[in-house]
Amino acid sequence: MEIELSDLTALTLAEARDGLKAKRFSSRELTETHLQAMARAKGLNAYIVETPEQALAMAKASDAKLAAGDAGPLEGLPIGVKDLYATKGVHTQACSHILNGFTPTYESTVTAHLWRDGAVMLGKLNMDEFAMGSSNETSYYGPVASPWLPPNWSGEKARAALSGDKRGLLAPGGSSGGSAAAVAARLCLAATASDTGGSIRQPAAFTGVAGIKPTYGRCSRWGMVAFASSLDQAGPLARTARDCAIMLGSMAGHDPKDSTCVDRPVPNYEAAIGASIKGLTIGIPREYRLDGMNPEIEALWRRGADWLRAAGAKVVDVSLPNTRHALPAYYIVAPAEASSNLARYDGVRYGLREQGADILELYENTRAKGFGAEVRRRLMIGTYVLSAGYYDAYYVRAQKIRTLIKRDFETAFADGVDAILTPATPSPAFGIGEKGSADPVEMYLNDVFTVTVNMAGLPGLVAAAGKSADGLPLGLQLIGRPFDEETLFSLGHAIEEAAGRAPFPEPWWG
Amino acid sequence: MPVDLATVRRIARLAHIAISDAEAPALQGELNAILTFVEALEAVDVTGVEPMTSVTPMKLPMREDVVTDGEIEPQVLANAPLAEDGFFVVPKVVE
Repeated sequence: MEIELSDLTALTLAEARDGLKAKRFSSRELTETHLQAMARAKGLNAYIVETPEQALAMAKASDAKLAAGDAGPLEGLPIGVKDLYATKGVHTQACSHILNGFTPTYESTVTAHLWRDGAVMLGKLNMDEFAMGSSNETSYYGPVASPWLPPNWSGEKARAALSGDKRGLLAPGGSSGGSAAAVAARLCLAATASDTGGSIRQPAAFTGVAGIKPTYGRCSRWGMVAFASSLDQAGPLARTARDCAIMLGSMAGHDPKDSTCVDRPVPNYEAAIGASIKGLTIGIPREYRLDGMNPEIEALWRRGADWLRAAGAKVVDVSLPNTRHALPAYYIVAPAEASSNLARYDGVRYGLREQGADILELYENTRAKGFGAEVRRRLMIGTYVLSAGYYDAYYVRAQKIRTLIKRDFETAFADGVDAILTPATPSPAFGIGEKGSADPVEMYLNDVFTVTVNMAGLPGLVAAAGKSADGLPLGLQLIGRPFDEETLFSLGHAIEEAAGRAPFPEPWWG
Repeated sequence: MPVDLATVRRIARLAHIAISDAEAPALQGELNAILTFVEALEAVDVTGVEPMTSVTPMKLPMREDVVTDGEIEPQVLANAPLAEDGFFVVPKVVE
């Protein structure tokens, strides 16, 4: 097969890996093509920092290893890194002003694993500030535009919006909006992301890519900027379930520096791709059928169940009675943990510093200036629910409800369900500037289908499953047993096969 | 239960975030929207339910009680907004 260099960004991660091994092109060519695509796509604002010199140096080293037959599993493959991951010597600020100027002197465990396996870093990706958001609009560096055109928009109209405030263009979702947009716009072969309430899976659905939040403890959190420590988990966004399996195989693994990171072998996730799903039992939770549900989403969900049935799975109804409590309980637990984690930003040890007459004023001024509106809001809610007199009524109660949510899933799995199929999002992507300006809860509702998975610590995968009538991507979510990511990869691949591989948008952006 | 303006100011103090008098009413409205949203949890029966303390059932790993890190003062101070003679610099805290 003859491959044009300009086509290299259209490859999947697996195809690019195989092409490098077969010496059809070099990592330098692959990397340069991506850097050129990034240069043309600056308007999307997916990357906040590009690292071309580092990328080319890493590609050169990879080409030498490939030539010597000493290639790692990701050798020479250019990827993007969410700004949440500490990268030694490279801007790492979780897209917050309070980390102004912060450049780590160390590398996160997950990115260290990726470089160990040969991956090439293209740059740091935009995200909601401290991963708090569902549209990438809370970033200090401004919103990211989805590469998908809004219905009935011309490229010309979209380009004009791109050079303005981006209003009306589609949000890529959040918080991993830069990662999802970059993967869908072919500005990297895959990207790291993170998921506290849906931050991998909702953007995957909005941009028509694949993403997995692994089981809590599967990846090390060391060197990831903390949001809510009992909910945060690293994971990949990539073009297919197979590509996510390849990425997770490198990202996962034991790390003594994170006491919640499990010491168990990392399976060959890619081997699960294409495995038969015959005989698997898939649960359809009736509580996810919401009042006033978007009929397109409901139809997609039904179609997904039909696809899995046609591939030999058994589809059964299940009940997860505490589902509706998950989102409110999340908005107690996550802000509470955030208020504790983000207490470290004090203007003394790193990042922004605003002067004050005394130390208390220095703290207060620094944090007022450094945190954006959404982060301030959540820190205040978290502080309130942990304060004397409210701790039991709010925080302890929410942690009890979390036990109930987890128990619901355990019951379903004990009854013989292998995985659970749900919609990923309540709707297709919405526009930038469209939601949450008056009432923050309006934006929170985006995570209604994903947040239960974080509360229970389970793995959840989103696969692209088709388009809305308006031509926008839609995704389906699969929820698995703890540490059974393999079943999710098999099922996700089956959904992708049934839905068909749809082309990504043509680069109208430049 | 909704918070009043005095409580909003008290929370801001506890969170070490300066807020102006002009900002307080808007924050009050936003915080109350969230508190109203979570109100439904009051009706859930949690009698006899243990609060979740560990997401994945596992024993906290222990290691030898020895120094594994340190002697990296330049790295610790590398990102400090203000440092002098190997120390972080803050406004005077002791008269």
